Amino acid sequence: MSDGDLSSAFADGPAFVPYLAVGDPDYESSLTHVEALERGGADAIELGLPFSEPIAEGPTIQEAVVRSLEAGMTPDRFFEFVADLDVDVPLVCMTYYNLVYQYGTEQGPRPFVERAAEVGLSGFVVPDLPAEEAGPLRAACDEFGLDLIAIVAPTTDEDRLEKLVSVSSGYLYVQARLGVTGAQASVSGQTAASIDRLSDVDLPKAVGFGISSGEQAATVVEAGADGVIVGSALVDIVAEGVENDDPTGAVADRLESLAAELSAGAERGFEQRAPEPEGESE
Amino acid sequence: MTGSESRSGDGSFGGYGGQYVPEALMPAIEELTDAYERYVLGNEDGFLDEFRRRLRDFGGRPTPLQRAERLSERYDTEVYLKREDLVHGGAHKLNNALGQVLLAKYMGKERIVAETGAGQHGTATAMAAAHLGMPCEVYMGERDINRQRPNVFRMKLNDAEVTPVTTGRGTLKEAISETMRDWASNVEDTHYVIGSVVGPHPFPSMVRDFQAVISEEARAQVREGAGGLPDAVLACAGGGSNTMGAFHRFVGDDGVDMYAVEAGGSSLDVDEAAGVAPNSASLSIGSEGVLHGARTKLLQDRHGQIVESHSISSGLDYAGVGPELAHLVDEGRVTPVSVDDDAALEAFHRLSQEEGIIPALETAHAFGYLHEHHADLGGVVIVNVSGRGDKDLESVIEETAERDVPNAPDMSVFEGGL
Ligand SMILES: Cc1ncc(COP(=O)(O)O)c(C=O)c1O
Repeated sequence: MSDGDLSSAFADGPAFVPYLAVGDPDYESSLTHVEALERGGADAIELGLPFSEPIAEGPTIQEAVVRSLEAGMTPDRFFEFVADLDVDVPLVCMTYYNLVYQYGTEQGPRPFVERAAEVGLSGFVVPDLPAEEAGPLRAACDEFGLDLIAIVAPTTDEDRLEKLVSVSSGYLYVQARLGVTGAQASVSGQTAASIDRLSDVDLPKAVGFGISSGEQAATVVEAGADGVIVGSALVDIVAEGVENDDPTGAVADRLESLAAELSAGAERGFEQRAPEPEGESE
Repeated sequence: MTGSESRSGDGSFGGYGGQYVPEALMPAIEELTDAYERYVLGNEDGFLDEFRRRLRDFGGRPTPLQRAERLSERYDTEVYLKREDLVHGGAHKLNNALGQVLLAKYMGKERIVAETGAGQHGTATAMAAAHLGMPCEVYMGERDINRQRPNVFRMKLNDAEVTPVTTGRGTLKEAISETMRDWASNVEDTHYVIGSVVGPHPFPSMVRDFQAVISEEARAQVREGAGGLPDAVLACAGGGSNTMGAFHRFVGDDGVDMYAVEAGGSSLDVDEAAGVAPNSASLSIGSEGVLHGARTKLLQDRHGQIVESHSISSGLDYAGVGPELAHLVDEGRVTPVSVDDDAALEAFHRLSQEEGIIPALETAHAFGYLHEHHADLGGVVIVNVSGRGDKDLESVIEETAERDVPNAPDMSVFEGGL
């Protein structure tokens, strides 16, 4: 368990924020995998709580969700997992609203958030919860001191951006391209423009969707991102391990080494960034 | 618009409804809401006039309200059939598909995506898209592709691309998720023609408005034919579009009872450990939750994971249901009931033999309920014949051979299939 504040992830230099689906392919291996991410340089970690209908996910994460659910993952097991984790960086729960809404005996997000606070989670990303529906979860997050991270899409215009910013805290999850999650060979050309138009927003901006290499992480940070979020490329390593029946330790080593590459890429991008005329923004 | 909509602005039906979708889709949903209000509710640029003209000339509307002579005699009840099976394509689905493809055209969209369970909505959308000159891609679960081959071929004949969905059990639920993924990738020029009164606002209201032509016609026709309003209206409920279409104009008529007939499958139990419900009865046994963009009644386990549904009819095989229908059930205005696979199959054969109408397996559920409960329904009953059964013949041969259907014809000649 950790009890970090999300702002610590962005405090010195760019944040590398990896994602894994919790419980994929089983509880124990998944603990080892997530701990390897911290060794690889994670500044915060997004932990996916699997939902049976992951409409914002591409095939890689969809399949991870199936593996995890088949191995018996539930919201209670997820919270147990977070409590069992031996990491120090802040942890974010990434899941879909129905699981948040159903948890506990009363319907509504409060019991879920209360339990999340108990196990030391720092915040939430809920991809099927736009600003319009975020009120109740926002209120529960305020009550327990947790962050609600909004996703900004390439289609988000000025008006919507204002709405999003008004309900979010922690950081903004900047979706690098349209579509669903999934590793891509190259970073979308939309990224720089997406970051540019967020320059006035007073929250760290972490870019995700499609990043799979240190090179891409460098490009995104050089373009002005405060952090990079990487999911499918890491989940692919887990899937490959399952496919080849590799020992957990070997998979963890590969996760750690890709994490280190991505984290170093982010640092490199930061160093290559043109100095701002009015001095450093941080 | 009349009916049970409590706030026209956000599509909330007594707490059900809403817009639970990824942010990437929200601008498109705002744009669609604006187009719905202007064109559908406001008839801007004569949208509704063109829609009605095309429903008549291309779609074959109005459909008859036929008095079913032999069923009336058998049940000692005046039974009227609203013949949506006579709409072009063979089901009520064209009412909505034509409305939405036309709206997409008014909005300047360039591509149509849709999902389909029974293939009826996919077929209707492919037809409407061909009719209006729009490229169209239809997602369909692999299992449903096998159950509904004639419709798959019809979609292809109409130049639609049919994309198999292999995730989960390969039925409608997975096809809807996959279509949402496509929409999220191509949202700038693509319109998602959702197939029922489900999904985020404005879909449930908009699809209901396109389907309301069923009850608008039926209400006038029954007053003329029977000299008054019916005692009951029956319609099968998958997502609930033919149901809401058949009910909408009767919601304000307190003397008219409305029955949403769900697929009882093989049993109304849920096996939480296996993650399956051997039925699709979300109104009858579901609980409140959020799926595919709306808060509604769902088949889910106690953790909020959606369970796999089952029905002999792919068009009813869905774990969710429209939010307005869920609300009308809570209000006590609509009664949710169910009919199991066996009774639906029996009703399929009975209607075919006694009335010369081969109904869709979906529709057969409504007739199964009529058969079991006609004595409690009052003197005048309308059954919505949501579609015809040509698409189901292969499944019916297989399912009939597998069970002991007392009123089936001699099946021995069909042992090798059709
Ligand atoms: C003939 C027919 N009836 C009913 C349905 C169920 O859909 P809904 O409940 O939206 O009317 C379908 C769905 O494909 C259908 O094809």
